Amino acid sequence: MGLNRGAEGSVIDTFRLTAEEAAGLLERGEVTATELHRAYLDAAAARNDELNAYLCTVEDGAAGASGLPIAFKDVVSTKGVETTAGSKILAGYRPVFDATVAARCKDAGLSLLGKTNMDEFAMGSSTENSAYGPTHNPWDPTRVPGGSSGGSTAAVAAGLAPWALGSDTGGSIKQPAALCGVVGLRPTYGTVSRYGIVAFASSLDQIGPVTKTVRDCARLYEIIAGRDPCDTTTVELPEPVAVPEAEDLKGVRIGVPKELNEAEGIEPGVSEQVERALETARALGAEIGECRLPRSVEYGLPCYYLIAPSEASSNLARYDGVRYGLRSTPNGDVRAMYDRTRHDGFGDEPKRRIMLGTYALSAGYYEAFYGQAQRVRTMIRDEHAAAFEQFDLLVSPTSPTVAFELGARTANPLAMYAADLLTIPSNLAGLPGLSIPCGLSEGLPVGLQLIGRQFSENLLFRAGHALERALDFDYVPERYR
Amino acid sequence: MSAWEPVIGLEIHVHLKTRTKMFCRCPIAYFEPPNTQTCPVCLAMPGSLPVPNRKAVEWTILLGLALGCEIAPRAIFHRKNYFYPDNPKGYQISQYDEPLCVDGRVVVPGSDGDSEVGIVRAHLEEDAAKTVHVGGAEGRIHGSESSLVDFNRAGTPLVEIVTAPDIRSAEQAKRFLQVLRQMVVELDISDAEMEKGSMRFDVNVSVREAGESDFRTRTELKNMNSFNFAAKGIEREIRRQVELYESGGTVVQETLHFDPGNESAPPLRSKEEAQDYRYFPEPDLVPLEPDRELVERLRGGLPELPWARIRRLEAEIGFTLAEGLVTSGRDELYSRVPGEREAVANVVMNELAATGVEPADVNAEELGKVIAARADIPRAAFAEALAASGDEGFSAERYLAESAIADVSELDPVIDRILGQNQQQVEAYRGGKEGLLGFFVGQVMKETGGKANPKVVNERVREKLKA
Repeated sequence: MGLNRGAEGSVIDTFRLTAEEAAGLLERGEVTATELHRAYLDAAAARNDELNAYLCTVEDGAAGASGLPIAFKDVVSTKGVETTAGSKILAGYRPVFDATVAARCKDAGLSLLGKTNMDEFAMGSSTENSAYGPTHNPWDPTRVPGGSSGGSTAAVAAGLAPWALGSDTGGSIKQPAALCGVVGLRPTYGTVSRYGIVAFASSLDQIGPVTKTVRDCARLYEIIAGRDPCDTTTVELPEPVAVPEAEDLKGVRIGVPKELNEAEGIEPGVSEQVERALETARALGAEIGECRLPRSVEYGLPCYYLIAPSEASSNLARYDGVRYGLRSTPNGDVRAMYDRTRHDGFGDEPKRRIMLGTYALSAGYYEAFYGQAQRVRTMIRDEHAAAFEQFDLLVSPTSPTVAFELGARTANPLAMYAADLLTIPSNLAGLPGLSIPCGLSEGLPVGLQLIGRQFSENLLFRAGHALERALDFDYVPERYR
Repeated sequence: MSAWEPVIGLEIHVHLKTRTKMFCRCPIAYFEPPNTQTCPVCLAMPGSLPVPNRKAVEWTILLGLALGCEIAPRAIFHRKNYFYPDNPKGYQISQYDEPLCVDGRVVVPGSDGDSEVGIVRAHLEEDAAKTVHVGGAEGRIHGSESSLVDFNRAGTPLVEIVTAPDIRSAEQAKRFLQVLRQMVVELDISDAEMEKGSMRFDVNVSVREAGESDFRTRTELKNMNSFNFAAKGIEREIRRQVELYESGGTVVQETLHFDPGNESAPPLRSKEEAQDYRYFPEPDLVPLEPDRELVERLRGGLPELPWARIRRLEAEIGFTLAEGLVTSGRDELYSRVPGEREAVANVVMNELAATGVEPADVNAEELGKVIAARADIPRAAFAEALAASGDEGFSAERYLAESAIADVSELDPVIDRILGQNQQQVEAYRGGKEGLLGFFVGQVMKETGGKANPKVVNERVREKLKA
């Protein structure tokens, strides 16, 4: 493995360079967009074999681009560029249109580096459910990068992209960001268009930035956020995005939900780093107090595992072999073709969730399952709203654990589902969440989750930035330094 | 034997004639080459999302108001999940338990008085694609070699209207449908052309003994696309059910598909199993919350509806003519034409309709003069006047100037000749077949090139036959 510190003699250090710094190089004419694009492709050429962060790269992605390069999770439809959502059923599928976020990035001058690996249809927490092999954690390649946006977080952590887009349904940006030591934002539901995003669970899916710093995160969020007439669930941002400057937390009231911070399964090393971050926050001027989210934490996971699979069972019905993607052609009628195509095309996890969801929506079960889950969801929303009457932000670990070994949980779906225990409740409530790295445990990154009120991304950026400065976490994995 | 009462409910699908589809901007065009009016949304490409057509929502509200419905302050779209190649998303976006229009009521006038039909709901949904089965018999999927799907129709807006089981005869069902169709046409929201499939309906039929309060098992007749066909189908189904009960059998709940191309063919029994559509609220769409101001504006703009117009005209010209004029869209012209009401109604409804002249083009004042002079001008001149009544600058004067041959000395020889040539018919007439009068009159009119005064000819022929 050769360390690639950018092209020979060039100023491009893809490990270290933040998007803002790279933009500075471009502005000052020290590099061209094409050179930047090239540098990251070279980095990918050097390290992707080991990491499997990219499913494909785009050699001529910089053509016509004036700005930074970017990587997209493979759920983002990209015109003419294969978009598989990590599934065999979409192998070879080249969209005829760009997702709104892809179009906005293009309009902002960004060039597409490639599409990143993910759990199939974003179903998973380790990127091991990809039909194209797992992604490896840049901090320790024997470990998972988290998921489902593990390809995007690994690419940013390993300097294969200055920044990337991920998608988050139950924690799929926040959790892998935590495990890879990068910054990840799950925006408020409705602020970023889902048009062109391969759907998993429509009422939960959100696209968000994966970056090295909080300022980069704010800049990328600014590019992709805002109402889209093609997605009726989007709204105009109530205030413009503010790239954070302040380095204090004066006047910010931070709540520490007891149940999110003392949940079973949180590793002591993780708790230690989160407590250190809270002390730092206090030192920066924040007021810190305890709060409670008992029902959100107790019922969040089961509620999520009714709603998300129910919606998924319907969203994945379109993969039938009729119009695009894989078609298996056994002898027999159209039913046989459906059965065989879906049998061959979907991996175990999508099949499992399609079955769960189909069951939960079935006549006679709907009220007890899907209907009940919707009522629980309302309760979770109310419980969060109550907490936000006293606090401006809620804080917890993003993930109960640091990156686990590849294969450690693949045989036990329930253990895998527990990886999202801490991210799911606020997702169900439609709230924004930012994960920033806050230290190391066992040599692996620990993520701090900051949860805000709806549309409070600016406060998340401000707090995240102040903590990031004070904590001074080095986002370059030790093995690359 | 007891008296049986039919119980009939209708489900009507009406294609809205919006410029674009229900959830995307593809134009609605039925005769374009297959799969040319499509986009990522109506092809259900991954990641595409629906955006409701504002006009379609507005028109559904308008229709709901015309049906006396309440417009829900909050309506939601649901997903109806099922697999079929004409259903690209694997679900149809429809409405379920929170439709846009609910609890309507229309009063349907009839020859034997008014009857009321409840409207359970009217909701908005998207249509499926069209499948064409190749290589099988008569385009059926069974035995076909392959199937082709044309997505041009996929996602076009449909309103579904569901009536309460308030209809008690095939005739009443037919009348309801005819008046409903006329209403939809007048609201200018659909072509409602049965042949094009832009209006189609399913009928639920059951029977019960008079006085029974519960409903019995119903069957569903699908694929109805003509009023007469529906009436016949309903009658046949009522008979079948009555015969079943009277012979000690029971009715099985099932769906019967009629072949619209072959009315005498027995209905096909549906082999579909009971489907579980796993309805759930469409998470890609926010609830519809119609603006109250818009609803009131639409309500205020509603024209006098066909049901009301039939009742108004019935007093002047009787139910049959009133219904005929209204459901054929000719009552507006009728109202404009001055003169004896029944005579005007008859001409507008029959002779004028036969000329194909557009009612809207007709100069009503002048036409009124022609109708008033009908008995005094040659039949040919009357026909010419009707045919010309829609032309620009049409004036009755020229036709009124033509006088018919009323001179008996001129007509008698012709009449004698006709009677002489048709001895057999003369015998028959005298034997009691008085309907033949028209035949003789017709022959005389033909002989005189339509110039004879029909009233005089009538009198003379009758007189001569008496002798």
